[in-house]
Amino acid sequence: MPPSIPASSSTELAPAHAVPALVIRRRGTVRAVLARPSGRAGAALLVVTLALALVAPLVVSGDPFALSGTPLEAPSRGHPMGTDALGRDLLAGVVHGGRASLLIATAVMLVAVGCGGAIGLFAGIRGGMADDVLGRGIELFQVLPRLFLVAVVVALFGPGVDRLVLTLGLTSWPAIARVVRGEVIATRGLDFVLASRALGASRTHVATRVLLPAVMPSLLVMVGLLFGQVLLTEASLGFLGLGDPTILSWGVLVGASQGFLRTAWWLTVFPGLAITVAILAFNLLADALSSVLGGR
Amino acid sequence: MSRRYLVRRLLQVIPTVLGIVLVGFALVHLAPGDPVLAVAGEHGDAAYYAFMRHRFGLDQPLPRQLVTFLGRVASGDLGFSWVQGRSTWALIGERIPATLLLGTASLLVALAVALPLGVAAARRPNSARDATIGAVALLLFSAPAFWLAQLLILGVSVGTGLFPVQGMSTAGSDLSGVPHVLDVARHLALPALALAAQELAVLVRLTRSGLIDELERDHIRTARAKGASERAVLLRHAFPRALLPVLTVLGARIGHLLAGAVVVEVVFGWPGAGRLLLTALETRDIPVLLGLFFIVSVTVVGANLATDLAHAAVDPRVQLD
Repeated sequence: MPPSIPASSSTELAPAHAVPALVIRRRGTVRAVLARPSGRAGAALLVVTLALALVAPLVVSGDPFALSGTPLEAPSRGHPMGTDALGRDLLAGVVHGGRASLLIATAVMLVAVGCGGAIGLFAGIRGGMADDVLGRGIELFQVLPRLFLVAVVVALFGPGVDRLVLTLGLTSWPAIARVVRGEVIATRGLDFVLASRALGASRTHVATRVLLPAVMPSLLVMVGLLFGQVLLTEASLGFLGLGDPTILSWGVLVGASQGFLRTAWWLTVFPGLAITVAILAFNLLADALSSVLGGR
Repeated sequence: MSRRYLVRRLLQVIPTVLGIVLVGFALVHLAPGDPVLAVAGEHGDAAYYAFMRHRFGLDQPLPRQLVTFLGRVASGDLGFSWVQGRSTWALIGERIPATLLLGTASLLVALAVALPLGVAAARRPNSARDATIGAVALLLFSAPAFWLAQLLILGVSVGTGLFPVQGMSTAGSDLSGVPHVLDVARHLALPALALAAQELAVLVRLTRSGLIDELERDHIRTARAKGASERAVLLRHAFPRALLPVLTVLGARIGHLLAGAVVVEVVFGWPGAGRLLLTALETRDIPVLLGLFFIVSVTVVGANLATDLAHAAVDPRVQLD
């Protein structure tokens, strides 16, 4: 455990910090991940998810908000997932909702990896005072309870996808920063880093071309786990009606089903299944990668 | 635990708590519109606004306001709900017991199920049993709590009618004593189960990996060499030490647990802080939302602190640089 960050902020699922800072050939890693059952299952589920969210909107015709049948119609050939209380096709909703959920999660991850990567690298390389200050910052943003923070933001600023992405991104980067910082501290004294310094490489070169690739494997594990977490949070927010009211997402669909639990099981089962499959895909891949890299 | 560690760890809490209050302050002031609207509501007249502006120091320069704000929050003054006109503390306070009951029950369920499963998985790593337990844990970890809650209602309650699906006790009933406790327990069962799923998954995985790590250590070899039975090795020598990371992470997950409680409470109509969050949101009751945000944040900080101190108390190697 790197110093100055308390033990309580240790990783929550996979012990990513146990991953040795090995630089593994990329193709070998991909093959090794796919050689594991969890890796194969994760890849397959990810393909299903992406196909559902990216390709299917082109195939499943039309507007998810359009009326296309009688209300609360059970799954049938015409409506494989049934229809909702207004007679809208649920399949169209799940497909379009998936695209929204995945796009929002991807945007959040870009913010998180950008901030977390930069701050983690900086703290790890500089050490000393800078590290102490950033360490406190990491801890602060890590304890901010996302859901409750988003509730305050939505009440003050109104709902919207921009503030949703920013709030989730700004509360997600500490996980990335911690992993990057820890790995940099573990790596910065190793021979290949010292060698590159001795050869006169600039600080930026050492940071981006030498340290960053070494950090990459653990970073990817964390990115996979965090992607799942962000999808979960985004779904919870949609469920509670804290998302953008103009965007249909998986969580919104499950939230809308709450009043019809006894009459229309399909309204909750299919969107919930879609969320679970997507999150499971990322968790499985993160798991497989972590065990390839020597974690447990 | 050294005194130095204790003092340093306690001091670390200060900037974090200050930062949390600062985030709340910044949000109120960055929001569009006059901040007085955020503390006094949108339905006051000019005189009331002037009074509130003065009372909350909003007529002062910004740094001065920050100091006032910090002072108020530090002294536990979280303002008044716009909608209900009652103190935020009282409103949140009366919801805490229900959430606490739900959270504690689900943690107990999670521990009771996860620890034996984790031990069973670690006994033969990579066996079929280990793989099955791992797969189920990952599935539970991936399923959103609100969905599991709805599935439980669909599968258990609608099918069998065994468990009630709304509220904390039977409406209109006038039970007390043991029948009341049983009634609440019946209402508690499904929400606690739904909320337990994710914690359970995390605990299974931690117990398993902690045990496997522990079983590779020298003191285990010594115990085996001394002829301890495999059962004693596992349960008496390895298990207690493997619990340490489990407890650490348990403390760090309090935030997740509370967020999960919010959605589970909404599904089951459980009268806790999560339901309060949703009502406050519908009426844009900023003081209540800010109050919940502060209280939950400080709870998370407190849980982290408690975990670290407990960790340091049993493991002398723990220290800050």
